[in-house]
Amino acid sequence: MTKFIERNPLWALILLVALAFALWLVFASWPQGFEDVFGKKKLFLNAVLNGITLGGLYFLVASGFTLIFGLMRNVNLAHGSIYLLGGYFGYLTSDATGSWLLAFVVAFIVAAALGVVLQVVVFRRMEGQDLRQTLVTIGISIVLADLMLWWFGGNSYQIQTPAWLRGPIELPLVTAVRSSGEVVYLTYPIVRLVIFLASVVIAFLMWLALNRTRIGMIVRAGVDDREMLAAMGVPIQLVFVVVFAFGAGLAGMAGVVGGTFQSLSPGEDTRFLLASLIVVIVGGMGSITGAALGAVIIGLAEQIGLAYFPTYAIVLTFLIMVLVLALRPQGLLAAR
Amino acid sequence: MALVERPPRTATAAPAWTPSVNPAFALVAIILVFLPAVASDFVLVQIFAWSYMLGIIALSLMFLAGYGGMVSLAQITLAGLAGYLMAILGVNGQPGGLGWPWGIATLVAILVTMVFGAIVGALAVRTEGIYMIMITLAIAAAFFYFTNENYAIFNGHTGINAIPTPHVFGVDWHAPVPFYFLTLVIAGLCWAAVSYISRTPFGLALQGLRDNPRRMAALGFNVNAHRIAAYVFAAFLAALGGVLLVWSYGEIAPGTISVSAAIDILVIAVVGGLGNPIGPFIGALIYALLKTFALDFLVAVGLDGNRYRLLIGLGFLVIVFWSPDGVIGLWERWRRRGETSQRRQGGGGHG
Repeated sequence: MTKFIERNPLWALILLVALAFALWLVFASWPQGFEDVFGKKKLFLNAVLNGITLGGLYFLVASGFTLIFGLMRNVNLAHGSIYLLGGYFGYLTSDATGSWLLAFVVAFIVAAALGVVLQVVVFRRMEGQDLRQTLVTIGISIVLADLMLWWFGGNSYQIQTPAWLRGPIELPLVTAVRSSGEVVYLTYPIVRLVIFLASVVIAFLMWLALNRTRIGMIVRAGVDDREMLAAMGVPIQLVFVVVFAFGAGLAGMAGVVGGTFQSLSPGEDTRFLLASLIVVIVGGMGSITGAALGAVIIGLAEQIGLAYFPTYAIVLTFLIMVLVLALRPQGLLAAR
Repeated sequence: MALVERPPRTATAAPAWTPSVNPAFALVAIILVFLPAVASDFVLVQIFAWSYMLGIIALSLMFLAGYGGMVSLAQITLAGLAGYLMAILGVNGQPGGLGWPWGIATLVAILVTMVFGAIVGALAVRTEGIYMIMITLAIAAAFFYFTNENYAIFNGHTGINAIPTPHVFGVDWHAPVPFYFLTLVIAGLCWAAVSYISRTPFGLALQGLRDNPRRMAALGFNVNAHRIAAYVFAAFLAALGGVLLVWSYGEIAPGTISVSAAIDILVIAVVGGLGNPIGPFIGALIYALLKTFALDFLVAVGLDGNRYRLLIGLGFLVIVFWSPDGVIGLWERWRRRGETSQRRQGGGGHG
């Protein structure tokens, strides 16, 4: 941190000013003239919160994708299908048992099992053959998409939010001050905040597991040089299967999250595959912190775009991707 | 960076192949020219003309992937852009149409698409291999969502309709037989152009870049300039395909350029074979036949007719698993098997 400031004093200053301005935007009550130009503060705050919470969901999907890519150089374009499959199984579980938490467990197990099958049957047979892996996983995602359309139909499903998470909560963020001097605070759905906190916790646990445990050490060593790791006697194929299962399981759980605060329908698989692609392109392939940063940036861009210039929102996301590719083709926080 | 895994011999296969099958080639050409005499209008337009148009777009992907080693999923996007531009600049059913004459609208549409192709190429060549697939896929998806949500220019989800096919020389080119010949001639020209370019110094340099970019750079070739030029040429092919598609349907909507359409183009090119410019047309014909008759076939064997995508996906998986160079690869291997067994009898054989 201090090194960064010493090396790039100008950039550090610009970033600091931008950060201060962002904090002011969020916490201060906006002056009248400012609101006239940029619209209500409530709109802005909602867009920012929606963007950050959506970023949490994107992180859950993209972190599995980037973990699998970082360790095994496997390009799994069936990742979106795993997301949707997890969501559907989560829906079935919560519909049958009424338990929201059980839905996560079932979705994780189903998705992880699918991940194990993919790794053992597909990826192990074509290690290092990028294009074939891509093509095979595209084929698998076509087949899975059609099977899911067959079983679940074209309707959209929504997973029931549990009673203890329903309803809005008042946040200590000022949206406006009435002429009577009364202060209006922002209300926001509690479930989105809880899910966002959960994804932060998961991100922290992943960081902890990667940096402080023996398995994490093996995974990091595998990212750097897997031949050497195999030569040291680590059962590398087993590690691959475990990591793939975990990455896929995360995507499955993300399916339940997505099914709770958005909906599950055919086409969501491609949407989330693309979201995770853009997130990892922006954040840097194979980097978990990169995925987190990319997810928040893309989530914010999408929601702020949606709030202020709805029909051009996607262009903003695209421009960010283009800008990153032009300035830093390897991504903002690439592992190497 | 081995993007397209294949034995190195295919680098020279294309030049050697074309003259060697002249009889078969001539036979196919004659059959295609005299097809309207026997085939119904439905077969002509719905199967053959459609597979020529898809084949042209897939050919642009084959050119990039087969000769340049660059897999781009944005080819249907370029085709769609050309179609949209032609629709917006020319006459259409929406109040906002600019109403330019069709010739100028088409020309401008193709030129602008080539410029956009250069931009896509300039972005894509900053990366390699799998990253390029992801970036072009992201571009394709972004353009799809943009057209789907933007009503001011692209008329959103409904798209633009009532686009007339031009009448030239007193011929209604939308009628089945003229349209069949129009697509056949353009497809034939595209095929010939790609076959020719693959043997020019530019085409050979491109294949050199595919096999060993570092050595080519050391020899003084500008790697990125060649790759971007390849993207521009591929954009030209895709734009032709897109213009034909719009003339055929009389409309263009986001559904035509969706992500699954982009993947279908990849499926067509890969199933046909990336090693030879005729591959995409074979792949497109298989795709058109499957898409048209899968419903009847599935119902006939007692399954749900809506599962044709399952059939396409499974067929694609089978091809990718067992023959990475597509139907063409299967056929060539079958031919070569005959040759090698003969050679083995003579005491040859190279393992």
